[in-house]
Amino acid sequence: MTASLTDNEIISRVLAGERELYSELVNRYQNFVFTVSLRYTPVREDAEEIAQDVFVKAFRYLGDFRGDSKFSTWLYSIVNSTSITFLRKKKLETRSLDDERVFEVADNRPAEGFISPTEQKSKLAMVNKAIQLLSHDDANLITLFYKAEQSLEEIGMILAIDPNTVKVKLYRARQRLKEKMEKFFAQDVHDLSL
Amino acid sequence: MTNENNIDETIWNFIDGSLKAEEKSFVENMIDTNNEWRNKHRELLEVHQLMIEGIELEQPSMRFTQNVMEEISRQFIVPAAKKYLNKNIIRGIGLFFLISIVGMLVYTFGQVDWSQPSGIDMSQLSIKKSEYSFFLNNSYLNVFIMVNILLGLMMLDMYLTRKKNSVKHSRF
Repeated sequence: MTASLTDNEIISRVLAGERELYSELVNRYQNFVFTVSLRYTPVREDAEEIAQDVFVKAFRYLGDFRGDSKFSTWLYSIVNSTSITFLRKKKLETRSLDDERVFEVADNRPAEGFISPTEQKSKLAMVNKAIQLLSHDDANLITLFYKAEQSLEEIGMILAIDPNTVKVKLYRARQRLKEKMEKFFAQDVHDLSL
Repeated sequence: MTNENNIDETIWNFIDGSLKAEEKSFVENMIDTNNEWRNKHRELLEVHQLMIEGIELEQPSMRFTQNVMEEISRQFIVPAAKKYLNKNIIRGIGLFFLISIVGMLVYTFGQVDWSQPSGIDMSQLSIKKSEYSFFLNNSYLNVFIMVNILLGLMMLDMYLTRKKNSVKHSRF
């Protein structure tokens, strides 16, 4: 029954006091929020902590959601800021788009035995493994564009950057992903083109 | 290399549908007639399809929704910022600064002796000659300090009350 409600309808009812309806929003977006959190930290427990924090923050500040943008866009901007804050707190090594060292690290990973023979056969595993080799900025951009159904303008709002910059960064991210796939999964790419 | 990158970028934009009509027809024509463009288009389209179909979303633990709902049962929804931010107060503060700046400019230009050939007599603008004792006498300073102390105490009181309330909310 709640599945037919739009995000904005659910939000109005939660704000009117039907708190339990918030679980529908959590169910709708938990996989994506968790996946983006995992782009920032490889530890699943940490990613789950970030994701939980995101939903709690979103609930607390639900009154500030004006409905000018999609709820998902607003939520993903919270994911972005919460993940960055979490990383700062944990003092993990953050990786920027222009940090070539990141790519050196990724490039130096052994190609042989990196994925299992079963995975070698899987195109899906190939693209997902290739994404893991990217910096979290690149991986995040690609995930937002391809899985979160966010436009360049909306991604710009989430990451607080200009849409044209998003376009350029997305282009670079896709090129890097293609390079990774060609370098580490050459055989699979060859199979794909047949 | 640069040329190849340009082709890549143009084709990515073509795949995304973000090209203008004339650029789009140019790319279509190039794909039809030029082998390099055709192969590049096919290659990038494959990567594009793979990303659409292949990127998997990870799932958190089974108890995730339950954990979130348990956590928010201890939380309250913060009132919308627009409800407690009075625009008139913000406009009032802006107006105060605007009047101050305009007043300062009017006073400064009022001091200029326009009959002088250079317009401004620099000796008249000497800081040493300015009279500050009217503004910086003991009474004004004491009132200024008292107002600041009062404001400081009010802010401390607000902070402590908010802290006390949040502890109360987190218990229930």
